Amino acid sequence: MCSLEKRDRLFILKLTGDGEHRLNPTLLDSLRSTINKIRSDPSSSKSVLITTSDGKFFSNGYDLALAESNPSLSVLMDAKLRSLIADLISLPMPTIAAVTGHASAAGCILAMSHDYVLMRRDRGFLYMSELDIELIVPAWFMAVIRMKIGSPAARRDVILTAAKVTADVGVKMGIVDSAYDSAVETVEAAVKLGEEIIKRGGDGHVYGKMRETLLREVLSHTIGEDESGLSVVRNTGSKL
Amino acid sequence: MCTLEKRGDLFHLTLTGDDEHRFHPDTIASVLSLLEQAKSQSTKGSVLITTGHGNFFSNGFDLAWAQSARHGAIERMHQMVKSFKPVLAALLDLPMPTIAALNGHAAASGLMFALSHDYVFMRKDRGVLYMSEVDIGLPVPDYFSALVVAKVGSGIARRELLLSGKKLKGEDAVALGIVDSAAHDSAEGVVEATVSLGESLAAKKWNGEVYASIRKSLYPELCRMLELTANNLATHNH
Repeated sequence: MCSLEKRDRLFILKLTGDGEHRLNPTLLDSLRSTINKIRSDPSSSKSVLITTSDGKFFSNGYDLALAESNPSLSVLMDAKLRSLIADLISLPMPTIAAVTGHASAAGCILAMSHDYVLMRRDRGFLYMSELDIELIVPAWFMAVIRMKIGSPAARRDVILTAAKVTADVGVKMGIVDSAYDSAVETVEAAVKLGEEIIKRGGDGHVYGKMRETLLREVLSHTIGEDESGLSVVRNTGSKL
Repeated sequence: MCTLEKRGDLFHLTLTGDDEHRFHPDTIASVLSLLEQAKSQSTKGSVLITTGHGNFFSNGFDLAWAQSARHGAIERMHQMVKSFKPVLAALLDLPMPTIAALNGHAAASGLMFALSHDYVFMRKDRGVLYMSEVDIGLPVPDYFSALVVAKVGSGIARRELLLSGKKLKGEDAVALGIVDSAAHDSAEGVVEATVSLGESLAAKKWNGEVYASIRKSLYPELCRMLELTANNLATHNH
């Protein structure tokens, strides 16, 4: 399902196994509990998270076959992914997605919900597939797209042409930070970036709060806001 | 005034005649009715291409008509501004990809009409984009600004468009990210390029309802202003 490795002060979260890493309820629960573990680690405010995967896929999106067999599970998967993304947004440390395989639909949203997206250029693409499979894009996915892709033309290309965005195109579009020649180099670069960030210092709690403010629009879609207009974030464990 | 023709998968909406194709209550009603027609005839793989004849794509509202009313001039302006909203809404709601092939100048509401398409192609050699309001002392309707904000990303580009009174040529418009292309030196060249794009989009055979829904969800603030509901408010559709 997923594994967690600590390398010095870096947390490396990996979607394991050679499958499509479809975001079914079990995997989503596993990811959330791993993120919670990271959050409650005493060194968390001085760390960096790297998320990566085994095999051909980063994640091929929701488990649509499961949703078809039981429509209430699609509601459940959506709710669990929203919670996971909210947790990522409030995480008191910078996050890096080392994308070494295809990331489609919900899987693409998961990748883009990281602060940095590093991707291999030799294989794999980011793909908001919904138009091709006749699914509507949820409003909260659009909030992520709006916050992470600045150019209206790029958003249109990603969402309204269901473009299969390879790393170099992603860099041009401003979705991907940098591209590498292989999966191994991508992860190495993510580790190097993580170490540079840690060296810079700074308080992860402050970082997390700032990210919440920056991505407020996404948070309000994923977990709602209380009456004062402040987003209701669970489990921050922060006294700030 | 304007015609709608179907050639294969592509609907061609043409603003006919050699005039400025100004928007007047009659042209507005005509365009609206043709868009409704295209919508009712749409199938998987339909695409709309909008173009014009002559030197103008559209030079905006028929201000002369408004002013000819003497005492009712302001009312007439309000009427046109109000009745034009459904045209932009109809384009945003259209269950097929939309492409504007600018044969010539697009100003004010004429430019808004162009920008309401998913793709905008301009000529390289002729034709400008011009938000004339700042020069003629007319305020810009709120839904015009919402459209510019939705379609044009950079602050600098928005300023150049709305506040500078500049007449933007093709190359400038591409550089500012306002249009997708200004590569062709003739109206025919632009139309050909849009037909080529149209055919590649048509080949995807997308479901038009889904396409329109996804398009509207890209521009929620604009849709709100145009009183269009994005029907993905129930987000549990995976």
